[in-house]
Amino acid sequence: MEVLDYPFDSEYILKKKRSIKKLLLERGNLIEKKIAILSGSTVGELQNILELFLLKHGIKPIFYQGSYNRFYEETVYENLELTKFNPDIIYIHTTVKNIMDFPSPFEIASVTEQKINTIIQNYIDVWDNIEKKFNCPIIQNNFEPLPYRNMGNADVYRKDGSLNFINALNEKFYENAREKNYLYVNDINYQAAWYGVERWFDDSTWYLYKYPFAINAIPLVSHNIANIIKSIFGKNKKALAIDLDNTLWGGVIGDDGIEGIELGVETAKGMAYTDIQKYLKNISKLGIALNICSKNDETIAKTGFNHSSSILKLNDFITFKANWNNKDLNIKEIAEELNIFTDSIVFLDDNPVERELVKNNLPEVAAPKLTLEHEYIKIIDQSGFFEPTTFTEDDKNRNEYFKSNQLRKSAINNVNNYEEYLKSLQMICEIQQINEENLQRVVQLINKTNQFNLTTKRYTLEDIKQFLTIDHNLSLCFKLKDKFGDNGIVSVLMASVFEETLDIKLWVMSCRVFKRDLEKAIFDEIINWCYKENISKLRGTYYPTPKNKIVENLYSELGFKIIEDNEEYKVWEYFIEENYERKNTVMEVKNYD
Amino acid sequence: MTKDQVFVEVQTIFKDVFDDGNLTVAAGTNAEDIEEWDSLEQINLIVAMENKFKIKFTIDEVSQLNNVGEMVLLIKEKIEYE
Repeated sequence: MEVLDYPFDSEYILKKKRSIKKLLLERGNLIEKKIAILSGSTVGELQNILELFLLKHGIKPIFYQGSYNRFYEETVYENLELTKFNPDIIYIHTTVKNIMDFPSPFEIASVTEQKINTIIQNYIDVWDNIEKKFNCPIIQNNFEPLPYRNMGNADVYRKDGSLNFINALNEKFYENAREKNYLYVNDINYQAAWYGVERWFDDSTWYLYKYPFAINAIPLVSHNIANIIKSIFGKNKKALAIDLDNTLWGGVIGDDGIEGIELGVETAKGMAYTDIQKYLKNISKLGIALNICSKNDETIAKTGFNHSSSILKLNDFITFKANWNNKDLNIKEIAEELNIFTDSIVFLDDNPVERELVKNNLPEVAAPKLTLEHEYIKIIDQSGFFEPTTFTEDDKNRNEYFKSNQLRKSAINNVNNYEEYLKSLQMICEIQQINEENLQRVVQLINKTNQFNLTTKRYTLEDIKQFLTIDHNLSLCFKLKDKFGDNGIVSVLMASVFEETLDIKLWVMSCRVFKRDLEKAIFDEIINWCYKENISKLRGTYYPTPKNKIVENLYSELGFKIIEDNEEYKVWEYFIEENYERKNTVMEVKNYD
Repeated sequence: MTKDQVFVEVQTIFKDVFDDGNLTVAAGTNAEDIEEWDSLEQINLIVAMENKFKIKFTIDEVSQLNNVGEMVLLIKEKIEYE
């Protein structure tokens, strides 16, 4: 839905929200999420516009709206209504309007310090209570600057300055966000700066309706909140498919040659493209796969990266599609090679004809409108495609995984049959209990995995912690490494025992290790565990979605018998016999219990 | 801009905000006449008009805007004044 793509027309969105919503609802295939908005001001229109941006990301919100300025009471004291609502996420919409006790000029520093501590303690109480009672992620606004400065420019550095006070509060928020992995900051301080503090404050709307900032700024803020939410629920983009000429450098490599393309500090355009390359290099460090998708001769295209000012090098790219095929076909191939869906791809191209072609054939691919080279970074950045909310080892190493997978693919060609190939990989599977150390990655894997995901049940960090406290629950994660590299944690299995049956509640596996027989090694481990616990029966459920067809027959392939089959789900059972024969023949398994 | 021209634009804003292409308003139309015209929509109407005509209502003015006719008159005055 283009009207919600950055750069969007806020006034248009506000005016047309009803018709936009109708169109979004027609698209279907939505996941429902319960979102509680607790607030220090009026939220009506913010909720309406947030709904649009969430629908755009395929999330259908069910809202709980707290009472006006009761966010403290509603979380710290008993709140049956909110408990019954059982939120998936809580957003706390507070702003600088909610700071009641600013320092006054010449106030002594210890008094100001005390004021800061009192305010922060209130928020900590709110966050702690939410964690304890509702077990869900929290999105918390920080504070934006005031529209005035009593002490002028000194307001920012004097301890009794209001701006200094706001920044000190924000710093405390960030300390908490670094410590509490369920707390996410929505940076309205940045959003206000971006929007322009002067325009941000429209105080007649505050005095009249208690909207804390200009109604016209609501789409910008909603867009940011929706980005955090979709990221938490695993809906970030994963890869970029990037054109070359006039996208990564100025000029046309085929015509101008390596000496002719513009990169580096000698020309204005060259500087712009160097900055774009720097930006993309950092994106790739955050775990996003860079790929080339260009109409070019491959050999000539590759020479561009030998340019002395090229920040990006050939080995920064996972796949390199420089040919004369239509770009939608190349994007499909990139998706296949990375084992991701095309809806996880962002296509960067300065040519509107190419973007149009891709959008027509693959409407799920994001194709931001890149027109002026000095605005590419802004448009990519503000779109929030990759909004990071986890910073795990896995994110850091993701591009290494993608690369070693490319090596594995080429190794297939050197062997006669597939089993021989798998053995040649010298795989080692490490089994670990889910624990504090691997929890972040486990949550991330569960919420991001769409293909090998039998129940598509999503768990938050807190849900899993809860699950771990129950006796006789089986909660394992699996690492896989081989001679090409370590894939890290790639599969999670959670199951609980009920009446001598082990019920598999969740089983996910990263697409990067499909077809490696890991599921067989995991199944062996399940059986092993059942022997020890004297369990004779397994049960597994499959809930079909548009994306998890790959595991439709997993249970039958493992030898399960179907016992229930309807449109919504299938239930399978497996009786464990004494002469169980291990299914895995291709990898070594290490159990770290 | 004449009063009639302002009225035509205001009419379009009502159609957009309530997403009803058949909605027609008259000078006397007020919140009683349109079911979905509540306090939240009142704000949206006002913001849409401010955006459309590049004007800003004062606190006093907003409190007095009770029907479409009053809105049109006030907008016309403000455009001329500014």
